[in-house]
Amino acid sequence: MQNIIFYSLAIGLLLVSFMKDKKKTKQSLMKAWKSFENILPQMLSMITLIGVIVSVLSPETISKIIGNSSGWYGVIIAALLGSVTLIPAFVAFPLAAILLQNGAGYMQLSAFISTLTMVGVITFPLEIKFFGKKFTILRNSLAFTLAFVVAFIIGKVVV
Amino acid sequence: MKLLKRYLMFILSLGLVALAFIWNKDIGVKSVNTIINSSKEMMLILPPVFILLGLLDVWVPRDTMVKFMGEESGLLGAVLAFLVGSAAAGPLYVVFPIAAAFMKKDAKFSNILILIGAWSNTKIPMLLFEYSSLGGKFMFTRLALNIPMILLMTFIMNHVLKADEKAKIYELANSF
Repeated sequence: MQNIIFYSLAIGLLLVSFMKDKKKTKQSLMKAWKSFENILPQMLSMITLIGVIVSVLSPETISKIIGNSSGWYGVIIAALLGSVTLIPAFVAFPLAAILLQNGAGYMQLSAFISTLTMVGVITFPLEIKFFGKKFTILRNSLAFTLAFVVAFIIGKVVV
Repeated sequence: MKLLKRYLMFILSLGLVALAFIWNKDIGVKSVNTIINSSKEMMLILPPVFILLGLLDVWVPRDTMVKFMGEESGLLGAVLAFLVGSAAAGPLYVVFPIAAAFMKKDAKFSNILILIGAWSNTKIPMLLFEYSSLGGKFMFTRLALNIPMILLMTFIMNHVLKADEKAKIYELANSF
């Protein structure tokens, strides 16, 4: 659905652009290709690394480690797991539901989801390429720390 | 040679896949399947994103971006950054080139931070998934916490990074 919107928008605007100015359209497509090719090596390595990591960590393995009674130890593990994995939302949330059924705690799951969506160890090289080292380290460590604050409150509120 | 150097990391990670196969065939097969699936996902999401960014770069005048999201854009700029991030689709790494394209047109630094924060936390498609998988109480509590967290992160990063460091980040964005 999201993809349909993106593609219709891209194709529609491209057509409008083409009708208005052929040269500018060509120029914008060249720019699109250039910036895509620029990040392609990092993208490919990232996807390959994630593929291996996600395959090694099965839902059963994860549930065992971040169980309801695992406390802060489980939260730390969950936050680290979330930081090194990078999976799309339509995989992550059903996975989280499975983990919940298998005994994972809400507090631990919250830490997992927060770092999953905000912290990217594997995307480090890509983020550094765009924003530099200091920005990347700062953003990721702040997000990592705040994930614990959110997990703590979730642990108090959602039981 | 230059090409080889650029793709060295990718070649090494392919080596890791080979190791996974040697270690345990099932994990190897699973890895390859996961890699194929995420590549498909990436190849589906990225082309329209980059085409739109290319068009943005060529057609949208810097003045327009400055007016809506630049230094003087105030609350409107922050709200716009928040809406763009929340309405978007795709994983975190997709927002990096988008943020860079916005910076190239002189969008304000704090708005860029809000964009990235919203992208990773308050994306509407993501919230729907979260609601159906983990329940409303979990989703709404996290959402209520995440909005102040995004603002707190924006505030801290905006103050910790010095003016010359920000200038360097903008310079980096301009090199794309």
